[in-house]
Amino acid sequence: MKIIIMGCGRVGAQLANSLDAEGHDVTILDIDAYSFDRFLSPEFRGTALLGSGIDEDILRKAEIEKADAFIAVAHGDNRNVMACQMAKHTFRVPKVICRIYDPQRRDLYILLGIDAVSPTTLVAQMLREKLGA
Amino acid sequence: MYIIVVGGGQLGYHLARALLAESHEVLLIEKEAAPSQKLINELGSVAVRGDGCEASVLAKAGTSRADMLVAVTGDDEDNLVACQVAKHKFAVPRTIARVRNPRNESLFRKLGVDVTVSSTNLILEHIEHEMPSHPLMHLMVMHDRSLEIVEVTIPAGSASVGRKVKDLALPAETVLSLIVRPGQKPVIPGPDTILNAEDQIIAISPAESEEALRASLTGA
Repeated sequence: MKIIIMGCGRVGAQLANSLDAEGHDVTILDIDAYSFDRFLSPEFRGTALLGSGIDEDILRKAEIEKADAFIAVAHGDNRNVMACQMAKHTFRVPKVICRIYDPQRRDLYILLGIDAVSPTTLVAQMLREKLGA
Repeated sequence: MYIIVVGGGQLGYHLARALLAESHEVLLIEKEAAPSQKLINELGSVAVRGDGCEASVLAKAGTSRADMLVAVTGDDEDNLVACQVAKHKFAVPRTIARVRNPRNESLFRKLGVDVTVSSTNLILEHIEHEMPSHPLMHLMVMHDRSLEIVEVTIPAGSASVGRKVKDLALPAETVLSLIVRPGQKPVIPGPDTILNAEDQIIAISPAESEEALRASLTGA
């Protein structure tokens, strides 16, 4: 699969490293080149592209027209939401997944057809389970 | 009217004051601590601190009874989300977004924002009207179809002078609909019409083909 990941933080980089190791064609975007050095594995053979995922030109450079999936895990819910809507509605990427920290915002964008995950809810649930109370 | 303004920078502040002066009910929402405190000191209960993209903040602001929400923060993505939350969660009838990157205008409208305002495009339009010799002038934009009607004047040195319409490298879906020549009746061009220098061409074109149209008609 050709997969574009927006945001090379801990989550984005880990995702990129593992998908790349499994043989997928991975392009990862970030607005800070340092994050590529910091988080990508030295074995990463995919493409690291400097630029913003809400910039159409950058998305075209990442060859988004050919992408099978787009995953937004950049800093900032709104940036992720905007990039995912561009990927879905402008570039018709078949699979678009968005990280949204704010659970209320996540619920709204699910209604608007964006496949969204809220780590806030997931982590809070896991912590409760560990607590056992 | 009850109007909510999201973003308390210079633009939001002056907009809120102007709307208050026109006797509207206004609420100005600013996310950052220091600027919002300054606004509260000056405007009192008209200003509140909060993230205008958060449903809970908008609920507290009484957004479901708002007639309009105007998002004028400095970030396009924040303006988009504020408008989408207002529209889809609170059914606000009119949403207006400021866009910094002019290319976001059509995307935002496609995503449900009612009105977009790009200062870049506004200033550009003024420049075009101030300079009659500007090679391409916007006459009208048909937002729902993403088409624009433009006027292009053929410069004397252009490669298109003396060529037939069918031989021009026009972008796809662009139509030359009228040629206006000084002292003559306007002509509806056909494939064999030959272009002259100083012809004024009225064309209909997809907004994204504007640069290609300009190049094909005015390029040397």
